[in-house]
Amino acid sequence: MFMIRTVLLSSLLLVSTSLFAHHGGSHDEPTSAESSHLDVTQPWARATPPGAAAGGGFLTITNHGSVDDRLVGASAAITDQVEIHTMEMVGDVMRMQHLPSGIEIPAGETVTLAPGGLHLMFMALSSPIEEGQPIPITLEFQHAASIETELQVVPVGASPEGQDAHADHHGDHHEEHGQMAH
Amino acid sequence: MQRRDIALLSIGTLVLVLTLVLFLVVFGKQATTSESAVPGSTDIGGQFQLVDSDGSLVSQDDFLGKPTIMFFGFTYCSDICPSTLFNLSRLIKQLGNQADQFNYFFVSLDWQRDGPDQLSRYLSVFDSRIHGLSGNEAQIDAIAETYRVHYERVETDNGDYTISHTASTYLLDPEGNFVGTLAYDFDLDEAQASLEQLLASS
Repeated sequence: MFMIRTVLLSSLLLVSTSLFAHHGGSHDEPTSAESSHLDVTQPWARATPPGAAAGGGFLTITNHGSVDDRLVGASAAITDQVEIHTMEMVGDVMRMQHLPSGIEIPAGETVTLAPGGLHLMFMALSSPIEEGQPIPITLEFQHAASIETELQVVPVGASPEGQDAHADHHGDHHEEHGQMAH
Repeated sequence: MQRRDIALLSIGTLVLVLTLVLFLVVFGKQATTSESAVPGSTDIGGQFQLVDSDGSLVSQDDFLGKPTIMFFGFTYCSDICPSTLFNLSRLIKQLGNQADQFNYFFVSLDWQRDGPDQLSRYLSVFDSRIHGLSGNEAQIDAIAETYRVHYERVETDNGDYTISHTASTYLLDPEGNFVGTLAYDFDLDEAQASLEQLLASS
């Protein structure tokens, strides 16, 4: 029963992913080999409950350049264990996956790390992530120079203003780039 | 001729039985994936032995008499568990006077890292009516099997691990029978309707 559901859902996911992939690839052909120009917007995190040793970081990266790039890592002062993870619902199971090779940021496109999908995973936290205490992080890319930014911290379970708490759970930008776990 | 008739009859019976089995499988699946409380599926749920937030040993018998809302997770969970517990806390608040007519459980699947103290600390920011239940490997494996909860460790770079797990919230009637689930990221009003229906039929 579970297997059938899993297979069905996986197939659906595959179909929708490939549909999105075609839809998303409509940017113009590059005219010159310039380096990637990345913009990081809406960096945020949720406060963690007391004793929680892990937390997620979210942000949006836009590649204004004409060369594909890749988010390959991140670092933060709050812990030396920051990884790039993704999660996806398969049936009623939330599947976690570590993405050691990072996330592709295709030229001309926007990739969003959001709850329920791609995220920065802060592990082995020695103290909780607290509301109102921004987290400075450094993002490392395959081509572009690293980018420093600060994650704004909202309360446990909350979302930043202007974002629907549920908007990011049902197929977001990251699906357009075939970054879902398989 | 007679032998042939018997053969045909046997095949006919077999087809009938297979159809019935298929129907039950499909119907059973619908019942377990429904967002609203659908009676049936007696094969999910049952007795368990776990450790309550105060360190005492508890079993299903201690909680019978009220419908139960049960979510399985772990405190090392970066997103799904705090989000669901946050939603559940909002749901409890929204239920108002009816809220006390349910049991609320957060069962940790992380038998290695989560114990009663860790769960108490973790749950302190959520509604105080949510009980944190933990257990050793055998106890957690037993409840996961009884409640058809899937969980598996996913290793990370640093020798640590996170856990993939069933993200639905279980609904049980006052006799402990499984009646359905709330999907991950449940809508508060729909969930409230499911819970009120559960209460009305209890």
